[in-house]
Amino acid sequence: MADEDDIILAELSDDALVEQMMDDLYDGMKDEIEEGVHILLDRGWVPYDILTKALVAGMTIVGHDFRDGILFVPEVLLSANAMKAGMAILKPLLAETGAPRMGKMVIGTVKGDIHDIGKNLVAMMMEGAGFEVVDMGINNPVEAYLEALEREQPDILGMSALLTTTMPYMKVVIDAMIAQGIRDDYVVLVGGAPLNEEFGRAIGADAYCRDAAVAVETAKVHVARKHNQMRAG
Amino acid sequence: MTDALSDLLATRDWVLADGATGTTLFNMGLSSGDAPELWNADAPEKIRALYSGAVEAGSDLFLSNTFGANASRLKLHGAQSRVQELNRLGAALGRDVADASGRKVIVAGSVGPTGEIMAPMGSLTHEIAVEMFHEQAEGLKAGGADLLWVETISAPEEYRAAAEAAARAQMPWCGTMSFDTAGRTMMGVTSSDLAQMVGRLANPPLAFGANCGVGASDLLRTVLGFAATGTRLPIIAKGNAGIPKYVDGHIHYDGTPDLMAEYAVLARDSGARIIGGCCGTQPAHLRAMRAALETRAPGPPPTLALIEGTLGGFSSARDGTEADGSGPQPRRGRNAGRRRRDG
Repeated sequence: MADEDDIILAELSDDALVEQMMDDLYDGMKDEIEEGVHILLDRGWVPYDILTKALVAGMTIVGHDFRDGILFVPEVLLSANAMKAGMAILKPLLAETGAPRMGKMVIGTVKGDIHDIGKNLVAMMMEGAGFEVVDMGINNPVEAYLEALEREQPDILGMSALLTTTMPYMKVVIDAMIAQGIRDDYVVLVGGAPLNEEFGRAIGADAYCRDAAVAVETAKVHVARKHNQMRAG
Repeated sequence: MTDALSDLLATRDWVLADGATGTTLFNMGLSSGDAPELWNADAPEKIRALYSGAVEAGSDLFLSNTFGANASRLKLHGAQSRVQELNRLGAALGRDVADASGRKVIVAGSVGPTGEIMAPMGSLTHEIAVEMFHEQAEGLKAGGADLLWVETISAPEEYRAAAEAAARAQMPWCGTMSFDTAGRTMMGVTSSDLAQMVGRLANPPLAFGANCGVGASDLLRTVLGFAATGTRLPIIAKGNAGIPKYVDGHIHYDGTPDLMAEYAVLARDSGARIIGGCCGTQPAHLRAMRAALETRAPGPPPTLALIEGTLGGFSSARDGTEADGSGPQPRRGRNAGRRRRDG
């Protein structure tokens, strides 16, 4: 597609380039995102600014349109893929520059459930929002959750289930956390197609998240609240 | 080609399908996380009871307990080598129950999604998906299923792979998608997208439609969307009995038999000819649905307001089929138009 209107990223001003990167992220254009990240680094941008002002800002728009039923899973997967490519460049640099952390999440699909589309989306969108994500994969028994919490010391535990036959297992995990006296050490977010808010409340989760975009927003709110509580306490 | 379903549809205005499989097995003691399909071998009397429940409640067609019996799903339970066996057993138990009923009852071999994302977005190729579905289809055929019943699909690519597998197995088939995201499937397919895709398939289904999804109201809006395309194929409506609630350690659907009876009548008026339930639909619901279909006169297609007033609100204001383009539109970047959804 060598159109006459082809956009040369390197010729754009910083502001125009960031705008363009947000569009390219929306369109899931991985190569263009990588190129944009490199250009901004060459222009002396600090990695954290590239992450927040271009990538996270772009993914927020994707998230909103996903939440509003304008974009669907295939498009979001492409966007997340482009985001991931940009993140891969930034990740080592963020660590070197001591950029602030958003928070950490351990996430996994519960025992018996092999569905991971929704969980993967949440993981990608959380990474897109700057969270560190440890993905436990599918079919996790309660022991695996407890072990991961102990090992990773995250801020958030995310559980996913796509089947009505597997969703009650979330309560098994939460009950085990209560029994060990660690329930309140974590923010527990649950999601999956058959769930709803009432179910989330009934099993003792902090929140039910309707989709990946809502998960990100909810995570931000809860982590901020948790940090405030720690400061106050 | 003649087949049991087409024969039945030739003599009847509507066909009553069955209700929930998962919900029912759960009530029989299936543990959270276990594969229901293993019961085809380990607890056949419970599977017979599941099937008999639907048949005795008046279902003309019921689905085999084989929804997740494909290699990809069974692998989770280390049972990927048992695809053929578990499908054959699931269908054969159904055949027994159907044949012993004393009337014409159709055994539909349930084929659920692989649970994987198809290429290019994911790793599952068309060829492997066809092979997986074909392996399952051969088992169902060997067990005596009348047809394949592909259900709860969200990706058009996966629907097409199932169509091809049915052709390979030389089995007639039906196929429904789950419209659970703002009136579309998770992958963005609208009701009219599916109707159009079905019309273009080399191996079209005997009937197509919607199952599961959000609630009965949403499902009927989807059925109206199918009908609006002028499709000639029979339309399937299999909606959930309300919304899942968590009660005393298990999942309970809040839709009453009376509500599902209203749903069945509205489904018929909306243009569906094969009408059943999905999650939460028990024999008591099916009985009420059958009685309503038999005693209530058909009416004109319901308005959305009537559906909402009778069955409850919709989960989204729109469902993506708005012809005037007034629905929400994606931003148009420089790549806009290059990658349009292939319904």
